[in-house]
Amino acid sequence: MGQDQKPVLRVSNLEVTYYTDSGRARALDDVSFTLNAGEKLGMVGESGSGKSTLALAMMRMIKPPGRIEGGKVEIGGIDLMALSDEDMRQARLSKIAYIPQGAMNSLNPVTRIGSQLVDAIRSHGIQDSRAQVEERCVNALKSVDLDPAVFRMYPHELSGGMKQRVCIAIGILLQPSVIIADEPTSALDVVTQRQVMETIDRVKDQINAAVILIGHDMGLMAQFVDRVAVMYSGRLVEVSTTREMFTNPVHPYAAALISSLPNLENKGVFQGIPGLAPSLLRLPGGCSFHPRCAKVMDICKTTRPLTRRVQGDRLVTCHLYNEEA
Amino acid sequence: MANLLELRHVSKTYSRGLINAKSTVALQDISLTLKEDEPTIMTVAGESGSGKTTLAMLLLGFITPTTGQIIYRGKDITTLEGEDRLAFRREVQAVFQDPFAVFNPFYTVDHLLTVPIKQFKLAKTPAEARAKMDEALKAVGLRPEDVLGRFPHQLSGGQRQRINVARALLLKPRLLIADEPVSMVDASLRASILETLRNLQRDHGVSIIYITHDLTTAYHIAKSIIVLYRGGVMEAGDVDQVIKSPQHPYTRLLVDSIPWPTLDQRWGSDTIKAREAGGSSVGCPFRTRCPMAMEQCKTQPPLYHIKQKQAAACYLHAEHSSIAAERLSELLPVKSELEA
Ligand SMILES: Nc1ncnc2c1ncn2[C@@H]1O[C@H](COP(=O)(O)OP(=O)(O)OP(=O)(O)O)[C@@H](O)[C@H]1O
Ligand SMILES: Nc1ncnc2c1ncn2[C@@H]1O[C@H](COP(=O)(O)OP(=O)(O)OP(=O)(O)O)[C@@H](O)[C@H]1O
Ligand code: SF4
Ligand code: SF4
Ligand SMILES: [Mg+2]
Ligand SMILES: [Mg+2]
Repeated sequence: MGQDQKPVLRVSNLEVTYYTDSGRARALDDVSFTLNAGEKLGMVGESGSGKSTLALAMMRMIKPPGRIEGGKVEIGGIDLMALSDEDMRQARLSKIAYIPQGAMNSLNPVTRIGSQLVDAIRSHGIQDSRAQVEERCVNALKSVDLDPAVFRMYPHELSGGMKQRVCIAIGILLQPSVIIADEPTSALDVVTQRQVMETIDRVKDQINAAVILIGHDMGLMAQFVDRVAVMYSGRLVEVSTTREMFTNPVHPYAAALISSLPNLENKGVFQGIPGLAPSLLRLPGGCSFHPRCAKVMDICKTTRPLTRRVQGDRLVTCHLYNEEA
Repeated sequence: MANLLELRHVSKTYSRGLINAKSTVALQDISLTLKEDEPTIMTVAGESGSGKTTLAMLLLGFITPTTGQIIYRGKDITTLEGEDRLAFRREVQAVFQDPFAVFNPFYTVDHLLTVPIKQFKLAKTPAEARAKMDEALKAVGLRPEDVLGRFPHQLSGGQRQRINVARALLLKPRLLIADEPVSMVDASLRASILETLRNLQRDHGVSIIYITHDLTTAYHIAKSIIVLYRGGVMEAGDVDQVIKSPQHPYTRLLVDSIPWPTLDQRWGSDTIKAREAGGSSVGCPFRTRCPMAMEQCKTQPPLYHIKQKQAAACYLHAEHSSIAAERLSELLPVKSELEA
């Protein structure tokens, strides 16, 4: 995947705020990144750091009390934020597909899998014959290793892994150029997980889509993605290739994350990152990681670090790298 | 010594379709015992569809076994009434796999936590109730002021999952059935929630049945493990032995598929044979995917007793003596070697 090819996705300065009763929570703060066709990006970060919010914002599916305050999401040069509501509805699934967190539980329990797939196609105004639409659905099921018989089944008759693959099938029905999968395998066993990831990989190749894999399983990231982006309280603090991230993370939070990973040698040792994730309502000033950072400096407490490009193509948001830019 | 929970030859079959009735054996002849005064953490592992959630639902009395019995403190749970039923519902708590399904979207987090406090009369005053809520929320790494008053859709996935755990902690149960309780939280939080669960067992005498597909966390908190495949026990024993030296080809596949967070330990490149929809109902259930399958695998293998605390249902170990399915519990250590 050449770095110089034109990116299929360009997210710039995306901002989201939730206006809650207890105050304003800035859930996405100036998030920018790009993605090439066929590339796989892993989006990791603590629970509540804004990963799902990013996905929802890219789909323009943020609901009140949340609001997209600004930014662009361009796919193939078209800014989704500038589309009419109707055009955006059409763009979902055909340009950009989102497989939400816990998607498998959002399948309608009283409707057969087949009708749910057919509805997804029909809602895009596709006028193919019934047989053609059905064939398309069955093919989508097959491409995620599901038996065509699943078409006539109800969600409760399927196990978690099967339901999750149904959701992926829905996601790829209209061959989007960007697929966002929000923790697609966190409820699945390792074998199924591997199968689901291989499935995503295969369909991605078939339609040359870019994939954003949201999750916290660093093992999965190591095995699957090309680049890793780390979020911390609404900001992207590091974006690096998978190799760089695992061998030499540059941001102190990313480094702490990498060193908290379990292995077979440290049984019963639960080493987390000290301190709690900050509340978005009361973010520490300066760098929001500063109360937990092992390398904190005076400037970190007062001044918000900017995102800089270091060591070629890596992005890092930390004062330690101020001079290197 | 009294038994807290006893499963006697429990099987569950789901059938669907009236005409071409097709049935799925979700759980097959499981016998297990948990002792009242020996709190432990037992893992039930297995791939998607292996029957883990079915087992949890049976233990909670949400579904009834097709055959066999589940006995809680000497009484069959299908016949519990009145006081006994209330006690059972308080003493046996669950943390569900899916934090999205259990929440009623119209109730706030406060409501979710105060209902059990009221229902089981856990607090005398509102202040005491609030203190209990705060304590439980803090134990799972949540700030009460951040989450109380919110609706489920206003929380992230991991936050919801932790509220589920907090709710179970609140009730200080005797038995906790945790179905993938940490699948949606990051590694660092996962560590602290698992530590909370371990302390619950160690300091408060709660037994935990930890249902997961994640062998790394199982290894870190459990004492014993049962590996299920298509509802049957493939391997069981001491968690260290089973994970470090798996003896059943299926357990080996599971251990090989762990996505290790390092770049030099890649996922096996050999493509894994997908589980077929129907599969064979006779013989070794893993037969159609097993690279070592032999002629004799067409009849169901018994559990072979390989080590004192390890057994596998596979003919590759036929040189060992077999052990009857109802003696499964004898293979499962209550304490890990470190503590013993
Ligand atoms: N509708 C909402 N109203 C108010 N706050 C919200 C809303 N939705 C999300 N939040 C808050 O925004 C923050 C980011 O949430 P988000 O769901 O994006 O996190 P996440 O990174 O996906 O976490 P997880 O890994 O737990 O799924 C959290 O603190 C969450 O509580
Ligand atoms: N209500 C039901 N009706 C019919 N079949 C069912 C029902 N519930 C479960 N099954 C089937 O029983 C088997 C075991 O399912 P179960 O949900 O217990 O698996 P699991 O091990 O929890 O899987 P996962 O890891 O995906 O959650 C599966 O083949 C499933 O399709
Ligand atoms: S800016 Fe300062 S506090 Fe923040 S991560 Fe960098 S060194 Fe640590
Ligand atoms: S009994 Fe036969 S088919 Fe089953 S796991 Fe052992 S070798 Fe494989
Ligand atoms: Mg999320
Ligand atoms: Mg389950």
